[in-house]
Amino acid sequence: MRRVVITGAGTINALGHDVPTTLEAMREGRCGIGPLDIRDVDRLAVKIGGQVTGYDEHAHFNRQQISLYDRFTQFTLLAAEQALGQAGLTFSGALADRSGVVLGTSGGGLNTQDENYRAVYEEGKNRVHPFIVPKLMNNAAASHVSMQHNLRGPSFTVATACASSNHAMGQAFAMIRGGMADVMVTGGSESMLCFGGVKAWEGLRVMSKDACRPFSATRNGMVQGEGAGVFIFEEYEHARARGADILAEVAGFAMSSDASDIVTPSKQGAGRAIAGALKDAKLDRTDVGYINAHGTGTAANDKTECAAVADVFGAHADELMISSTKSMHGHLIGGTGAVELLACIMALRDGVVAPTIGYEEADPECALDVVPNVAREAKVTAVLSNAFAFGGLNAVIALKAI
Amino acid sequence: MSIASQVTEIIAEQALLDASDVTPDKSLEDLGIDSLGLVESIFAIEEAFDISVPFNANNPTESEFDISSVRAIITAVEQLVKDQS
Repeated sequence: MRRVVITGAGTINALGHDVPTTLEAMREGRCGIGPLDIRDVDRLAVKIGGQVTGYDEHAHFNRQQISLYDRFTQFTLLAAEQALGQAGLTFSGALADRSGVVLGTSGGGLNTQDENYRAVYEEGKNRVHPFIVPKLMNNAAASHVSMQHNLRGPSFTVATACASSNHAMGQAFAMIRGGMADVMVTGGSESMLCFGGVKAWEGLRVMSKDACRPFSATRNGMVQGEGAGVFIFEEYEHARARGADILAEVAGFAMSSDASDIVTPSKQGAGRAIAGALKDAKLDRTDVGYINAHGTGTAANDKTECAAVADVFGAHADELMISSTKSMHGHLIGGTGAVELLACIMALRDGVVAPTIGYEEADPECALDVVPNVAREAKVTAVLSNAFAFGGLNAVIALKAI
Repeated sequence: MSIASQVTEIIAEQALLDASDVTPDKSLEDLGIDSLGLVESIFAIEEAFDISVPFNANNPTESEFDISSVRAIITAVEQLVKDQS
């Protein structure tokens, strides 16, 4: 079976507009969550988020591009450009035909929808700009990446709520491993921080009004984020032959479905995905030094996730580290697994495990080493990244050092 | 501003050209405006004059709205504005 490695990474999120800035923030345990700067924020009960700040779309794109690129597409294109720049790949001829794009998103062009619903319902306008459909569609980001970089192989978008980018990266991995493609641009993006996007989440009453404190007994909910994470997955021999700098190996992937409840997570479903990823990667559970948790900061997720990890890892659950970087960048929903994979790569490459910040008080139902508040130096050779979506759809990726 | 110069400005902006280069005899193709650019121009015309342009992108040449040249578009817009008032 063909091996798959990561040869490029790019991001823009609340912690930074590129990978080095983001990793530095994670090392320092910096919080990117702050007051939301969006229209009608005064009518929201939840007024905080992990918003991308200091961002001017006009600095990156011209008027014509902006008329076609929703914010989630813009984030994707910027992250993809960074990742491809690092990988040092350009696409033509046969390689272009063997390369594609699989990206996750949950809301797609939600800002575009929000703005245009306002125009027709609130302002009573009877006409919208002609590009609203190509701008808001969930596959817009994947399509524009393929167009901009001449990726002519398999490309599509995966939407599985909070697991979207893990499912997307799992597909990219499987496609290279199975021989369908040689290079895949993959990851995910989300830009849901608009009035309607936050209002909908408010309705669920699982949102914190002050901070995201995963695993802490004082946790009171999740905080939304936004941004993108994009990676270059490449067939190992292809990467080696061209002397690429390999960031990590994608060792395994597994998915499972709870088949039980539309919002309540299941320990068994999560556990089957975690165990499945270990098996697929041919890892012994004692090999795993770090897990990037789904760790949303809700009562239900964090205790269920810890119970699932304890079940799968047995005694080793007390030895490994598990942290939730959502405490810093917020929950990027369909893009979250992609930004979180950066913390996994940092653990493998730099020997630095990102902390769970905002941790105040131990919760007996989350009695694992959650790397509270301060990053830790450690030699880690294998990691997992968890994502458990509403709808009971779970996706876990395993990476190995190379 | 006259209807002709407003329409010319809209087309020039879409074509990323100076308005002086958008002469009446030019076709949209001459100006490098593709099908998406055409639809966007029509949207801008509708917004500017608060009119509804009878144009179907499925079959542009058979629409009532003549888009064969800048002059034809101006004439068609002038008629629509007149019909509306």
